[in-house]
Order: sequence, then structure tokens, then C-alpha cells
Amino acid sequence: MKRYKYLLSKVLWASLSIIFVMILNFFLFRVLPGDPARAGVKDPRLTAEAQNAIRIRFGLDKPVINCFESINPLKLGSCLVNPLDTQFFIYVRNLLQGDLGTSYHTNRPVKDMIGEGLVNTIILIGFGQMISIFLGMALGLIAAWKVNTAIDFATLGFCLVAWSLPTFWLGIVLLFTGSTWLGLPVVGKFTPGGGLATGLPMFLDVGKHLILPTLTFSLIMLGEYMLIMRSTSLEIFSEDYILTAKAKGLKTFNILKDHVLRNAMLPMVTIIALNLGFTVAGAIQIESVFSWPGLGLSIFEAVGRRDYPMLQGSFLMIAITVIFANLLAELMYSYLDPRVQAI
Amino acid sequence: MPNPKNPPALLEVQNLSVEFMPDKNTHLKAVQDVSFSLHEGELLGLVGESGCGKTTMMLSLLRLLPEAGRITAGEILYRNQDLLDLEERQMSDYRWKEIAIIFQGAMNALNPVRTVHDQIAEAITCHEEKTPKEKLDARVSDLLEMVGISASRGTQYPFQFSGGMRQRVMIAMALACSPSIVIADEPTTALDVMIQAQILELLQELSQRLGLSVILVTHDLGVVAEICDHVLVMYAGVTAEYGDVDTIYNHPVHPYTQDLIKAFPNLTNPLDSLISIPGYPPRLDALPAGCRFEPRCPKAFERCRIEQPPVYELKARHQASCFLVEGQK
Amino acid sequence: MSWAGIVMLLIALILAVFAPQIAPYDPYADIKVNIMDIYAPPSAQHLLGTDDAGRDVLSNFIYGARVSLIVGFFAAFISVIIGGLIGISAGFFGGKVELILMRFTDIMLVIPALPLAVVLVALTSPSLGNIIFVIGILGWTTTARLVRSQTLSVKERKFVLRAKAIGSGNAHIIRRHIFPLVLPLMVANSVLVISLAILEESTLSFLGLGDPTMISWGQMLNFAFTRGGVSSGAWWALVMPGLGIVWVVLGLTFLGHGLEQIFNPRLEAHHLSVGKNMVTRAKEGAGNAQP
Repeated sequence: MKRYKYLLSKVLWASLSIIFVMILNFFLFRVLPGDPARAGVKDPRLTAEAQNAIRIRFGLDKPVINCFESINPLKLGSCLVNPLDTQFFIYVRNLLQGDLGTSYHTNRPVKDMIGEGLVNTIILIGFGQMISIFLGMALGLIAAWKVNTAIDFATLGFCLVAWSLPTFWLGIVLLFTGSTWLGLPVVGKFTPGGGLATGLPMFLDVGKHLILPTLTFSLIMLGEYMLIMRSTSLEIFSEDYILTAKAKGLKTFNILKDHVLRNAMLPMVTIIALNLGFTVAGAIQIESVFSWPGLGLSIFEAVGRRDYPMLQGSFLMIAITVIFANLLAELMYSYLDPRVQAI
Repeated sequence: MPNPKNPPALLEVQNLSVEFMPDKNTHLKAVQDVSFSLHEGELLGLVGESGCGKTTMMLSLLRLLPEAGRITAGEILYRNQDLLDLEERQMSDYRWKEIAIIFQGAMNALNPVRTVHDQIAEAITCHEEKTPKEKLDARVSDLLEMVGISASRGTQYPFQFSGGMRQRVMIAMALACSPSIVIADEPTTALDVMIQAQILELLQELSQRLGLSVILVTHDLGVVAEICDHVLVMYAGVTAEYGDVDTIYNHPVHPYTQDLIKAFPNLTNPLDSLISIPGYPPRLDALPAGCRFEPRCPKAFERCRIEQPPVYELKARHQASCFLVEGQK
Repeated sequence: MSWAGIVMLLIALILAVFAPQIAPYDPYADIKVNIMDIYAPPSAQHLLGTDDAGRDVLSNFIYGARVSLIVGFFAAFISVIIGGLIGISAGFFGGKVELILMRFTDIMLVIPALPLAVVLVALTSPSLGNIIFVIGILGWTTTARLVRSQTLSVKERKFVLRAKAIGSGNAHIIRRHIFPLVLPLMVANSVLVISLAILEESTLSFLGLGDPTMISWGQMLNFAFTRGGVSSGAWWALVMPGLGIVWVVLGLTFLGHGLEQIFNPRLEAHHLSVGKNMVTRAKEGAGNAQP
């Protein structure tokens, strides 16, 4: 199929997903009982005026969605009244303007705090993914080539164990050993005051802080990718064209490089895309353990502080980022698979 | 001194035996004591029922057996060099350059994510390293044209070719290094009859034009009768009969060969009902103690059940493994 | 490999079920502690030391097995049921039903599970039942996909077509023909789902969303981490609960990997397998087999 058609359908689907997430986000936070604004409204110790003031401040006096203000069919007439003055549409309007609300905790706009977080999370995940993908593919390939030998059993064992480790626990263990025995920094992105440095000293400082979190991330993802690459490679090794390549007189190294790798990239890209949720879960845990100031930490802290706008904004941002990353992976796939033709 | 009437054979296989060892204690004898020879420009037809060891033997010639395969005896003399004496590294130099193989079912024999041009070019650069790009491209185009594919299709991917076209690509690729021998392992199974005819014609024509020797593995006797010079009939891993095409078709001596010829429908002399050979070939793990064909043989006698007949040589390049021919020369 | 897994799981199960008998202390009992009892290193009275509240880590550990296993199994149960239903419906009925269900599954796949779980639990309440529910309703996507593709392939087989031809009803066909062939795959898959559920519960507890009335391994790690375990050097409180999680999940992983070999045996010899022993006949004059 033509590439642009393929991509168009993927972009369309991604957009639909994002819209779905936005709607879901709205309902989650309005429908579920945990929001303190609404909890505050129900607090019997507040006077009626105070309750009303809270209600108005958080826009809770407006109907949720028009026509659904109550199940009472007699009240359907309210559809005719200004249909856009509902909580839902206010939410959508704010969203389109990039307004994600104000943090309960810091009173800063949520979108500012999230912006910084997003960059930091991408730094952390970026390095970690590159290392684990590269190593994962190489080691998985070698394990498959040497299947049923000691090397294979060792790598398989490593993968299964790495996969079974809770990410946050590995982080804790590495944090403990790293700081106690190696003196590595284990909190945050900069040493206190280091945020004011620029240029090389700043990069080195950040780099030192990145070591343990990235190591944790890489180890966990490495196990997963190695495992997948190994099984993919084993399947490819049994294909007829590999026998053809051998019959042509190609040396094993060339077969691995020119035939196996190229074919393995396709399912690997698909798997990496499928595992984005796993990646995000890992990021959240690692940022919480190492206090790395990314989106994951924002969610962690928002939960602890009951900062609901932050929670809502972080969740939305994470979900959208994942959908977008998924789209990127599909774009890459379209270049790798010759069945998706160039325009 | 080389005798011009009897030039030395290009390929001489002597007493080849191959077995499979799926585990340490199981020995499945897939090929036993098979010998044949191939001269320049000759077409050898290798015939037999499914599972009789044809493909296994062909893979052995190139030492491409699966992990459980073992070549346990014999010599494979290619231009007087025993291929079984070579190191793996040296063997890969011989592969494709001297002996090429076209596998059964080209459906998956080509890498789906690389262009046809690249895959053919790869065969060339593997053996003739420093070929400049223009020469390489020219050669690939020539090869494609030779098998009847437009050269411009070289940039396409295998999925864009039909089954028959893919088989032609395989042939083009097999000829890329100008080998002396091409093994065609059932090249037309899974293709429809019209394409079959085309492919076989192509093989025959190329053989004549390029002086190529071909080993054609097939279970289609009609094809063999048409284009082959010699025929090796195998049964359950052993040579049933080996001889030139005239002898095999008109004066077969082994009961199996005789039955095969009889079973093959003759359009000029239509019979009322088709003849078939009752029974099935033996399983590799349940081989009979005596002659392997004995359970199905109409001319079997007591000795056949106890003792396995050796391969008798009746005259130059006519062999049969049957007690009935013992003493004939 | 599956046997190793089964043994590991049995040990964990025994610990969980017989916790009151095995644990030296009752973690839920009120105790009086003084400052020396907090984060005390392993000793004769406390084989694994004490935690931030002076409680015996070993006993906490043994009781903690209960929550992890309970959440794991029940949440996975919910996930597999949902996934199975969706998968079979999508695969069997095809058409619009399949389209809607699969699109829904795709969306659920794209939305990252942990953040959503965090939001859901944070907005409702961190009770055990709730956690089980949330993990359960978010974990069915892989099962659904697997079941659907298996249903699709079973649907085309002759005996199903025959059953349809003689007029069997859909429910009957699903129950007697399709389900029995889908079940083994679901069982193998549920091992994976259980291990994911256990990991997710421990993560949620670690992030502070665990049921505060129950001890779980994730909870223990949350306390140890957020209440000065690292600075106190209390490695026993930080390492042990994690090892528990690893033990159970690894046991499940071994079991799952072993089961996969049975249900989906992959030929482990391939074209690039080392064929070094191919030529075993004697070399002329040398008398050795080819290297």
C-alpha cells in the first residue's frame, strides 16, 4: 500500500486516540469521588456560602455536559440554554488553549511544570532506550545464534531474571549500592545549586546524576528486548532464505548482518511500540526512586500531595506522549517494510 | 592420459552415506552407499518417491545438512577434489561458485526485505569481491534478462513477483557466479503446469547454451524422459537403479524402476486403469533388514528378505541393487 | 524449567497460607518500641532485622506474601475473563463486533496502564478490593489479542464448519468446540498476566497507593524508602521485600516460559546452528573426524 495512505490512517487513528484520552481524562476527574474540591463541597463543616464559593471557583456550579445535568428527563430543556457553558466545554476550550489548570500545591500553571518534566523524562528514557535497544538486539542475536549453548542459557537466565525484577526495587538496590560504595549522586538532576551552572560542568553534573537511573532503566528494558530479539532471531534462522544465503557461500557474520538483522528490525519496532506502556511505567518508578524531575515524578508527587490538577495534567501529557511515540514507531515501520511503498 | 571418449567426470560421488541423529542414540540412515557421476554438459535426473533421500543427498553435496545430519561415509569428488576433506571456510568458497542449488519452493527462499538485484549481486560480490558497481549492475541485468525477466524489475522486492517469476529469479541467482553444476531440487512443484514447462525449457536451454551440468531432482518421470541424459532412481535411501535414460525407460532391470515406468501413464498406449505400486516406502526408523523394496516387490524371493543387495555394476554407468541382476555384466 | 517455577510458587504459597504458623511475630499486633528497635540490624530475635516502626521484617515479609498472591491471582482472573470474552467475541462474530472490540483494545493498549491505574486508585480509594479491580480491568489487552487470533484460526477448522452446517447454535459451538482449544492458551497467558498483576500491585503500593491496612511487599518498600531506610543503611528492609517479589514473579516466569515451550514448541535447531559434526567419516589417512 502507498506510504502516505498508510501514514494518513495512522495519524487519523492517533488523533482519535488522543481525543478519546482527553475525554476520558475529563470524566475520570469529574466522575470519580476523590477530587478535594468536590470533597470540600460536601464537607459539613463549611458554611453554605463557603461551599458555594468553592463550587463557583472550580466551576462545579455548571452542568457537567449539557443535557446530562440530571437524569430527570424533564430537565432536558436545559439543552437549549447556552450549550457551551458546561464543565465539559470549558475543559475542552482550556485544553485547546493549552491551559491545564493550576497546581493546588504550587499555584503555578500546570503546563509550565509539565513542560520541564517532559524534557527531563525524554532525556532519561532516550538514553536508556538507546542503550537497551542496541545491546538488546546484539545480545539477543548472539544468544539465538548460539542457541542451546552455555552462552544462550546464561543470557536467557539473565533476561528472565531482569524481567522479573520490579523496576523500583532495582532502582532502590542500585541507589543503595551506588551511593554507599561508589559515591554516585542519587537524587535529582543537579547537585543543589548546580542548576545555575552552564556548559560543560552542567552537562557533567547532569551526566553523573543520570548514571544510576539510566543503568536501572537499561537493565530492565535490556532483559525484555533481548528476550524478544532472541525469539525473533530464532524464527528467522529457520526461514528458507537463510539456507539460501548459506548455500550462496556467505559467511555466518554476513548472514547475520545482511539478512537476519534487517528482517528482525520489523518485529522489534513493533514490539518497542507495544512496550511503550512498560517503558512509561519504568520511567515513573525510576523517577520516583531517584527524584529525577520528569513527568513520572510529577505523577508521584501529585498523588502524594493530592494535587489533582497536576495529576490530571501529568496523566494527559503522558498518555499523549505515548500515543505520539507509537505513531513515530509506525512511521519508522513504514520505512522498514518494503510492502509499504514509497509515494 | 585423459581419454577424449571418456572425459573425467566433473562430479563423482562414491559410496555416499548420510544419516540423521536427532539424539545421541538414534541413527536414521537417510542415504546409503549411493554412487553416481556427472560429466560436463550432462543433465542427470534424480527420481524417487517423497522421502527417499533425494534432497538429503543434494544438501550433502553442498554440506548444507541440518544440525542433525551426518555424512558418515563416501567421497564427493568435484574436479578430483574431495569436498568432504575441506574445511568449512574452504567449502563456502566452493558453494555457489562451483555448485549452485535451486531449492524446492522459491516462495520463501528469497529475503523479503531486500531487492532482487541486491540478492543476486550479493552472490557475486561474495565470490568475486572487487567487482566495480557498473559491472555488477550489468551482470545482474544480464542474468535477469537471461531468465526472461525485465532488468528494470531488479529494484523490486520478492513479494512483487509471482511464484513462477520468483523461481526464475532463483535460477538467475544460481547462475550468477557461472557455476559448473546447478542442482535443481524439484523446481516446479507448487507451480502450475504451464509454468512448469517454461521453467524446464529454460533449464534445458541454459544448460545447452552455457555448457552447464544440471542435476534435476523430481518425481516426474515424464520430465526426466524429455530432458535428462542419465537417471538415478532412488528408493528409501539406496540406489535402485542408475543408468542412461534410454536404458532406464526401455530396459530397466530393477523391479522398482520397472514398476515406476509402468505406473507412468503412456498417452500413446492408453490402458484401462492406472497402475500403482501398492504400499508405502519404509520409515527411516523402521527399515527392513533385507532389501528395502522387498515388501512391495512383485519379484521378491527369500534372500531378499534376509540380505540387503549390494549395488551391482552391470556396465559402465549402469548400476542396480537387486539380486536378480547378480552375475550379469 | 516449569518444575523450578512450580516449586518456587509452592514455597511462596505455603508461606502465605501458613503465615500465622510460620512467622515468629504478629505484624498486626500492637507493640511498644523504643528508639533502639527501629531499623535494628538482623539479630537472633529478629532474623531479618526490624523496619521503620520496629516491627520484625521477617514476619512482615511472610505476611506480605498474602497480599501479593491474592492481588495477583484475583486481578489476573478478572483480566483473563474479560480478555477471553472480548477475544472470543471478536474472533467468532467478526464484522462490526470485531472492529469495535479490536479498536477498543487498541486504544486500551496505547493508554499507558500504570499512570491510568495510579489515577484510578488515587481518585477512588486504595483498598485491596479496589486495587484488584483496577489492575484487573486494565490488564486484559494481551489476553484479548491472543484469544482472538486463536479463535480466528480455530473457527476455520473443519469441525467447526461441520457443526455450523448441521445447524448448531453459536453458543454451543463456542462452548464445545472453540473454548476447549482456546483454554490452554489462556492458561499459559494467565501466568504472564498474574506476574504482571503482582508487579503492578507492588508498584502501586510503593508509590503510596497500597491498602494501608494490609502489609504487602510493595508497602514494606514504600515505608523503608520514604522513612529513612536508605540513610539508616537498613539494607534488610530494602532488599528482602523485593526479593520476595522477584521470587514469586521469577517462579511464574519460569513456569510460563516452560509452558510456552510445551504449547508453542519452537524448533531449536536452525540453519545457522553449529553444524560442525556434519562430516563424521574418517579422513583419508588422518583417521580423525572433520573439525
